[in-house]
Amino acid sequence: MTIEAINKKLNAIIYFNKGVSATQSGTPIAIKDNICVKDEPTTCASKILKGFKPPYDATVIKKLKEAGFALLGKSNMDEFAFGSSCETSCYGPTRNPWDPERIPGGSSGGSASSVAAGIVPMALGSDTGGSIRQPASLCGIVGMKPTYGRVSRYGLIAFASSLDQIGPLTRSVSDSAMLLNVISGYDEMDSTSLDLPVPDFTQSLVNDVRKMKIGIPKEYFPEGGIDKEVKKAITKSKDILIALGAEPVEISLPHTEYAVSCYYIIAPAEASSNLARFDGDQYGLRKDAKNMVDMHMGTRTAGFGSEVKRRILLGTYSLSSGYYEAYYLKAMKVRTKIKDDFLNAFKLCDVILTPTTPTPAFKIGEKIDDPLKMYLSDIFTIPANLAGIPGISIPCGFTQAGLPIGLQFLAKPFDEEALIRVAYTFEQNTDFHKRKPKI
Amino acid sequence: MKDYEIVIGLEAHVQLLTESKVFCGCSTKFGLAPNSSTCPVCLGLPGVLPVLNEKAFLYAIKTALALNCRIQDIIKFDRKNYYYPDLPKNFQISQYDKPLAYSGYIEIEHNNAKKKIRITRVHLEEDAGKLIHEPGKGLSYVDFNRTGIPLLEIVSEPDISSPEEGSAYLQELKSILQYLKVSDCNMEEGSLRCDANISVRPRGEGSLGVKAELKNMNSFKAVRDALSYEAKRHVELLRKGERIVQETRLWNERKQITELMRTKEETHDYRYFPEPDLVPFTVDKKEIDRIKRSLPELPQAKKKRFIALYGLGKYDAGVLTRDMEISNFFEETIKLFDNPKKIANWLSGDIASILNERKITIGRTRFKPAHLAELLDLIHTEEITGKMAKEILPEIFDRGISPKEIVRSKGLKQIKDAGELASVIDDVLRENKKSIDDYKKGKVNALIFLVGQVMRKTKGQANPKIVNEILKKRLEGGG
Repeated sequence: MTIEAINKKLNAIIYFNKGVSATQSGTPIAIKDNICVKDEPTTCASKILKGFKPPYDATVIKKLKEAGFALLGKSNMDEFAFGSSCETSCYGPTRNPWDPERIPGGSSGGSASSVAAGIVPMALGSDTGGSIRQPASLCGIVGMKPTYGRVSRYGLIAFASSLDQIGPLTRSVSDSAMLLNVISGYDEMDSTSLDLPVPDFTQSLVNDVRKMKIGIPKEYFPEGGIDKEVKKAITKSKDILIALGAEPVEISLPHTEYAVSCYYIIAPAEASSNLARFDGDQYGLRKDAKNMVDMHMGTRTAGFGSEVKRRILLGTYSLSSGYYEAYYLKAMKVRTKIKDDFLNAFKLCDVILTPTTPTPAFKIGEKIDDPLKMYLSDIFTIPANLAGIPGISIPCGFTQAGLPIGLQFLAKPFDEEALIRVAYTFEQNTDFHKRKPKI
Repeated sequence: MKDYEIVIGLEAHVQLLTESKVFCGCSTKFGLAPNSSTCPVCLGLPGVLPVLNEKAFLYAIKTALALNCRIQDIIKFDRKNYYYPDLPKNFQISQYDKPLAYSGYIEIEHNNAKKKIRITRVHLEEDAGKLIHEPGKGLSYVDFNRTGIPLLEIVSEPDISSPEEGSAYLQELKSILQYLKVSDCNMEEGSLRCDANISVRPRGEGSLGVKAELKNMNSFKAVRDALSYEAKRHVELLRKGERIVQETRLWNERKQITELMRTKEETHDYRYFPEPDLVPFTVDKKEIDRIKRSLPELPQAKKKRFIALYGLGKYDAGVLTRDMEISNFFEETIKLFDNPKKIANWLSGDIASILNERKITIGRTRFKPAHLAELLDLIHTEEITGKMAKEILPEIFDRGISPKEIVRSKGLKQIKDAGELASVIDDVLRENKKSIDDYKKGKVNALIFLVGQVMRKTKGQANPKIVNEILKKRLEGGG
């Protein structure tokens, strides 16, 4: 089957870049539709950005081009990266290659689906609350969110600026390490990128976890809060690592239960401001009207989908005078507590092991009308964004129905090397990553 | 008005003179073709991020220190969210709860009294674009060249008690900023903008009256006029027993009145929150001390020095030091011609008129300290008269050549020879018999009139001192 034919079934790639042919040399890569590629459509899968072609390359795109990658096209996503199922795209939902009736996860669902299906060997995604790791988990591939500040955000159309981070989605840990080498590093165009030396991450592709302390946080295994098959796979994964010489450590991250609420204050607040610029004035959709205010309102009403509107309303509300202290300011304080939880935990262990998601991929349409249920899909991935720490999801098993299960590792800030090492060792000693979906 | 006290606080917005914008590398040059000095960052295109211009920050700190402010321990920026087409991101990067500096003051001198006007806060933000309306066609255009120019907001406490004091405060602020070379403070070009809060209260009343916010005052005169108008309006309302409503009003320059823009109920909720794209940072105390030490001599200090060192009066010293270029010009000229009073007179008199007329600062003209020194020397050595000097002054401005050369090329020369003057004096005396009688009756002014007539007949070339002497002799000698 050609990649076009596969894509027709999955709707993973929404736009194939002009000038990239099958014969072009360089590793093909798919780019999430919220990362600016010069003169190519970049729409965040939203009607409001239809027709927008950035006049500049994101820093990661510049680096990929310099490294000789072939940018195949733009991958589908939840509109403006607001979602966990890749269903809210204006181009229609992306499907999971393991079961086309199911969601691939989100918001980087197109990236995960296209890599899992073999359309591309790798893709870039962005992770604000799990948007790389959760779809990687549900599609049975490797997905990594680097430390906040490791990869430049310049050219990533912001969802929540203090949480967003670009990262790789690949079929193996070594590909992730290699891709991370290419995209990492300080960027003078991004004040939040850190001026730290970037190690050669492929040096951490070492099949050895002896003496590595692996923290097991009790809060990530809530009674009745995880699918039984997921829990079984994670427990088994832990045992595999122990058998390989890793040392388990019981740890506690006491503020975990507040993470989702905290995230749903901070992320929409930032988003409400970040998305204010889409008003029809300069680019994208414009609904003409008799006056300016009507034009702005008409454009935004027609251009944004309902989940985007929901989050803009949430964010606008929590930033409003009289509510700011009770919501935003309080959430920022909780965020500090969550960060402190992790920093304390990393005094006891090198990496933390958790499930990536509480359940395997659910059916398309299953949660779309229940935002609260949907928001809980990211319960295990959100804390890492709030704390700014790196995380990786790798395949660790399958359900009886044949759906992939993901294992998440978290590490302290700028210790992606520990993640790569533990993930690589697990991968080298298991076969889950070798299984491919039948399409 | 006497029964009422006016309370004014001013909010000045000052464009900083950096070469590039505050969060991107675009040029800040004034007068470029619309939208030619823009990039994805200042256009607020999707995906872009701001990066703070260090120079703009340094200028802000310099200003804050010159205004005797305290510098914030942690510098952070905030987003001010509102929709307007001159604001491409629909939020402005500004500073909210932690302005970079606070608790300062400016010392002003007004009506021969010194007064401290306290500064509440100084903060750095980005300027918005410029809207250009074409009402006939129902069209509006946006020029984003101004978007992202560094803007310093300087807010005073309500310590100002008259429109004139407000003007003196603004003038002092402008002088300080010019001395620091951080802004050219040109109100016409918009590099200095000013809003005001004004209220009145019965004299002796402790609590403040209801205030109005005034906008759209585009000159020092407009600030004074708008404040006077508004104060009168408030007093009249109170006299009639009416209530003053808190509102924002626009100064209408043409009609010379203030007009309602919006009421308090329509006030925006700006939904401020910390700018996540800029990382909070601290400034080293040593660095602050270093900047403090490197501050130039400021207008008030220079004024004191001019009085002490050059024996100038308060007024002259004030006029000369208000403008840094003028004060420098003054001191440069003194090095060449050691008569401070004469230099001061010329600078605040004829030279100031020419500058005013041409709407130009002295630094941008071809007139140099050496020219003034030479001109004064020519008068001093009686080569030319003061009147002749005044006449050739504009030409020196125009051509930038030495006064001596102009004098030579024009054949200008003082007539000092008594014989040469005699016939002119004869004519004058013959034609003004009445003045002779007047003088004899003891009217001293008559002599001054006669000297003037001689000067006129000689086209200002006669040496007035000699003319004076000869005339006196002739009149007293019985004519």
